[in-house]
Amino acid sequence: MPGSLRRPYDRIVVAAPVTIPYARYSIKSAHWWIGRALKALTEAAGITVRDIDGFCVSSFTLGMDTGIGLTQHFGLCVRWLDHIPLGGASAIAALRRAARAVEAHDADIIACVAGDTNHTDSFRRTLENFSRFSSDAVYPHGAGGANGSFALIARNYMRTYGVKREDLGRIAVAQRANALRNPHALMKTPLTLEQYMAARPIADPIHLFDCVMPCAGAEAFLVMREETAKALGITGAKLLGTIERHNAFGNDPMQVRGGWAMDIDDLYGMAGVKPDDMDFVQTYDDYPVISMMQFEDLGFCKKGEGADFVRGHDLTIDGDFPHNTSGGQLSAGQAGAAGAYIGVTEALRQVLGTAGPTQVKNAKIGLASGFGMINYDRGLSSGAAILAGAAS
Amino acid sequence: MTEPLVRPRRKNPLARTRLPTLPPQWRSRTSHELTRAAAEGRFALQCCVACGHFTYPARDACPVCLSDELVFKDAPRGGTVLSETTLHIPADVYFRERAPWRIGLVKLDAGPTMVAHLHGDSKEGDTVRMSLQIDKAGQPVAFAQPQTETPHMSDDKQWREMTADPKFRRVLVTNGRTVIGQEVVRAMKEAGASIIFVGIADAWKPFPGEMALRAMDGVTIVPLNTADEKSTFDLAADIGAKVDILVNTSEHIRGGGLLDRHGTSTSVDEIERSYMAFLHLAQAFGPVMRMRGADGVNSAVAWVNILSVYAFANWPQFGQYSAVQAACLSLSQCLRAELRPGGVRVMNVFTGPLDTEWFQTVPPPKLAPRVLATGLVRGLKNGLEDVFVGDVAEEVHQRFAANPKALERELGQ
Repeated sequence: MPGSLRRPYDRIVVAAPVTIPYARYSIKSAHWWIGRALKALTEAAGITVRDIDGFCVSSFTLGMDTGIGLTQHFGLCVRWLDHIPLGGASAIAALRRAARAVEAHDADIIACVAGDTNHTDSFRRTLENFSRFSSDAVYPHGAGGANGSFALIARNYMRTYGVKREDLGRIAVAQRANALRNPHALMKTPLTLEQYMAARPIADPIHLFDCVMPCAGAEAFLVMREETAKALGITGAKLLGTIERHNAFGNDPMQVRGGWAMDIDDLYGMAGVKPDDMDFVQTYDDYPVISMMQFEDLGFCKKGEGADFVRGHDLTIDGDFPHNTSGGQLSAGQAGAAGAYIGVTEALRQVLGTAGPTQVKNAKIGLASGFGMINYDRGLSSGAAILAGAAS
Repeated sequence: MTEPLVRPRRKNPLARTRLPTLPPQWRSRTSHELTRAAAEGRFALQCCVACGHFTYPARDACPVCLSDELVFKDAPRGGTVLSETTLHIPADVYFRERAPWRIGLVKLDAGPTMVAHLHGDSKEGDTVRMSLQIDKAGQPVAFAQPQTETPHMSDDKQWREMTADPKFRRVLVTNGRTVIGQEVVRAMKEAGASIIFVGIADAWKPFPGEMALRAMDGVTIVPLNTADEKSTFDLAADIGAKVDILVNTSEHIRGGGLLDRHGTSTSVDEIERSYMAFLHLAQAFGPVMRMRGADGVNSAVAWVNILSVYAFANWPQFGQYSAVQAACLSLSQCLRAELRPGGVRVMNVFTGPLDTEWFQTVPPPKLAPRVLATGLVRGLKNGLEDVFVGDVAEEVHQRFAANPKALERELGQ
């Protein structure tokens, strides 16, 4: 594995993973959800809001507010502020930016938060105003929202690499099994492969159980130097390596790979580990097909071998390739931008050994990835991070 | 194989009329160059002057070289469907009501990929012919269809949403006394219109072509004097809810400019028989047509005006006529905006001098009424908004786009 020229993270830790239990619909605002997450962060770290000197937020439903409005809203006095509108890649991007900021002492404790509310019309409103390319060239064709666009990508990918719906079903079914162990997951009933196959079509080949359920919720974590964590008396996970890429492979006529494929040598090189070393993987699962793409692009198998890979592995918590152990967005719910964070907070719990009912035995090191922003015909943003527990 | 359309049965008078909904309407200002192309039936894409690459969706800088000299120009229409999907549960009300709805991602011969509505006979892997269409919201969308004709091709459900095909629709031709009106009736008949209402003022007065018109199957003569408000509203009360396509063939052509005419009576006549006639028709028929924009196979679908191309720039030899035509063009834009919530399109057919008695002194080329009527129906079948029929109209259109000042000067010489 070639090395990386990037400077390794110097004892940067990620701590206090927080999940505010999701609700299918909420009459509360995004501000409320983000406020609950901030409160939970302070409680988890034994700090007050005054101790937070860096803040990074992601949300689709803040209305006219951005990060700055939220500082006053929550009484935050920070010296580092970011607002990341990268959808499913927001958590990885937040983690990367915050890590370098605390490393340089531009801030000491950065709260990274994503939260969204979900009113009955929130999702449609988000679709309507997603991007200029979408409004000009996608939404008017009935493909508003991700389903139509990802259906086109999925169908091409499945045909190109001989992937069957059953193969994608394995991912969804395993995640549902994981979700049944997560008390906060919105999906509470088992899912069989037969039920997956018999689901109603949404946009061929996307069927009901390929889709996430939009909901309200929030996720958050703190980024700080190890010494800060030690002083607070809390344990954080070590940040070993990260990557981020936008608009990769723009000349591919259709998306069959994401930006990870461009950067994985850098990811593993920086962390000094191999894909095989991972005790679990949390991919960005807006659709099972995107998770399968990540198995390939993140180096767990070769391009085109995703179907074989899922046929040959058990993706449940107790399996040989624990994947999306909280149930992921597919079974826990997609709380807007918090969908970017769900894999990161779950990865943190896994390596910190605090995942409770979804804990993978002896999980010491794992990977979380992000994917976001279908601006026109493909998801543009990708990212990944490798996190390790204290013992590794 | 496209399922051929079935002639709709008489509507159950107790059934609720489905109200029109529209596909998403917002477009960037840059994208309205596509609107312009779609209105005329052209397939134009942005092309970079500096590096020659076509781009899509519309941008404000070239993604290859960052030049801002992106001009819309006609692009090759060929493409290949890379992937397709059938939307069963779209998020948008308009599409949800019409689901299942097929779309595809098309790799254009010009380079970019384009999300497009798919004709029922075009499948993944097929080569297709691309077009830009004006959808029910009056906005541009991409449409992919087979490169060669397939059986009943124009009956395709999705294609029919993009067009105003007269097949199985009921048409009102507002003035059947003229050769233009009669040629429009003939062309509509050929296009498969189910009923053609033909307005005749002062029916006791005979007119040329009357026998042939009355003998035509499917033609219903109705009393209509569009210059008269009451006559127009009376007819609308009677047949308004059965008019799917209204062709405004009101015409009143008189030569002469401003200074060589004495008094205003001719001018008042011109205004009453063209502008006021249009206004009466719009107020009488517009509201019910707007209500019926989604009323099944024979929904209200289009309003057609026949306008002089000199509406764009005054031709002093027919100076007051040109001015009234300009007023009618302006009013048509107002009507277009007001019919849009119903998904009913306004198509303007622009002509140069016609080969009729009122242009007797004008030298050729002059447009044969039959050619005008054929062009009009072709425009409806293709879902156009601005149709220029004949060499003179096309030339004036191009000269106006190139330099309106030059056109004004030269028309005045």
